[in-house]
Amino acid sequence: MSAVAVDGVWKYYGDYPALRDVRLEAPPGACLALIGRNGAGKTTLLRTIAGFSRPGRGKIRIFGKEPRDTEARRMMGFIGHGISVYDELSALENLKLYGKLYGLADPKKSAMEWLERTGLERVRNGLVREFSRGMRQRLAVARAFLHEPSVLLLDEPFTALDDRAIAVLQRLLREGLAAGKTIVMSTHQLREALELSTQVALLVRGKVAFDGPCTPEMVQDPGYVYARYGEG
Amino acid sequence: MRTIRQVITVAVKDLRAELRTKEAINASLAFALVILLMFSFAFDPEADTTREISGGLLWIVFAFAGTLILNRSFAREVPNDCLDALIAAPVPGAVLFLGKAIANFVLVLAVELVSLPVFGVFYNVKWTQQFWELMGVMALATWGMTVIGTIFSALTVNIRLREVMLPMLTYPILVPALIGAMRLTAGLVMGKPIGGDDAAWLRMLIGFDVMYTVASLVLVETVLVG
Repeated sequence: MSAVAVDGVWKYYGDYPALRDVRLEAPPGACLALIGRNGAGKTTLLRTIAGFSRPGRGKIRIFGKEPRDTEARRMMGFIGHGISVYDELSALENLKLYGKLYGLADPKKSAMEWLERTGLERVRNGLVREFSRGMRQRLAVARAFLHEPSVLLLDEPFTALDDRAIAVLQRLLREGLAAGKTIVMSTHQLREALELSTQVALLVRGKVAFDGPCTPEMVQDPGYVYARYGEG
Repeated sequence: MRTIRQVITVAVKDLRAELRTKEAINASLAFALVILLMFSFAFDPEADTTREISGGLLWIVFAFAGTLILNRSFAREVPNDCLDALIAAPVPGAVLFLGKAIANFVLVLAVELVSLPVFGVFYNVKWTQQFWELMGVMALATWGMTVIGTIFSALTVNIRLREVMLPMLTYPILVPALIGAMRLTAGLVMGKPIGGDDAAWLRMLIGFDVMYTVASLVLVETVLVG
C-alpha cells in the first residue's frame, strides 16, 4: 500500500485549475521532492494532501485513508510556511498543547524530549515571541515531529532556515527515512532536497511534467530536471 | 473523555494566550465602561424611563463589547499559520469550535460581570434583586452570542475586512436572542421575577442556544476545511 497516493486530483481556485489531473505515489520510506517554479501548484498539492482543503476532483489517500480521517491525520506531520506555534505561549506549553491534541500518552515527556533534540531545552519556559528566528524554526520542526508521524509533509522546509536549523532538520529527516518514514517535500533548495530524495516530481502549471526516481545526474546538477522536463 | 480533555485543552490555550496579551479583553472592557458612562450622561438616572430601557442599553453594550473579543477568536490563529496546525491535528472541528466557544464565553461573561456593578451605579438600578435569574439570563444570552460569534469568526478568518464583516454577519442573526435578553433583563433589574409572557422569551433563548450550538457543531468542519 502506498504511504501517499494522489489519484487524478484537480483543484480549482475559482475557474483557475491550480492542480490538473495530478497522479503521484510515494511508497513507505520514500522521500518525494516536489519541485517546480513559483505558482506551479506545489503548496496547493501539499495542502490538499494534508487535508487543509478538499480536491475538486480525484482522490488522495494516506495509507489507504482519506486525509481528513482522524487516523490519517495522526500519521501526518506538516511544516508549512508559518511556524504554527503560538507567540504568547512558551516552547514547552506549545509542544504540550500539540501533544495533548495528538493524544500522546505523556505530552510533557515527549515535549521535553523534542526540546532537547532540537536544542531548545534551556529556553523551554521562554515565550516564543522572545525567540530568535532560528529558535522559532527549530520549535516548528519539534512541533511537526512531536507525535512521531509516519508521513511528513514539508512545504519548502529549508527556506529561511539558519545553518543550525538546516543541520537539525536534515539530521531528523535522515533519521526519519532510516526509520521508514515517508517524506513529501516541496522545495526550491534543490541541492539540500535532492541529497535526501529517492523520488522527484516536477510540477509545471499544475500538471506533473516528470515523476521518477532521483538519479545521480539530478544530485550533481540540480537544474537537470528543469532543463530536461521543464519549460526552460 | 478524551474529547472533553481536548475541548478543555483548546479552551485553556485560548484563555492563556488572551490573559498574557490582554489585547481583546482590555479593549472590550474599556469600550463597555466608556459606553455605559456616556449613556449615563445621555439619560436621567432618576427617571423611570431610564430604568425601563436599561436592559436594552445593557445588552447593546454587551453585544458591541463582546464582538471585540469574538473577533479575536480565530484571528488569533492567523499569525504563524497556527490554524493549519489545529486543522491538521486529529481532533474533530467540533472540538476546536467548542473549546474556542467556551474560552470566548468565559471572556465575554467576565467583561459583563465587571460592567454590571458599574451599570448599577450609573443608572441607579438595584440589579441584585433577582441575582440568580439575572445570571441565568446573562449566561444563556452570552452563550448564544458566543456560539454565533465563534462560528462566524471561523468563517471570516481569511477575509481581509473580518473586523467589519463579523458584526455585519452576526448582529442580524443575534436579534432574537438580544431582544429576549433585553426583555428579560429589563424586568429582572427592576426586581420582577421571570413569569407570564417573559417565560416565552426565556424558552426562546434556550431554543436559540440549542439550535445554533447544534448547527455550529455540525457545520464547523465544512467552515474550516471546505
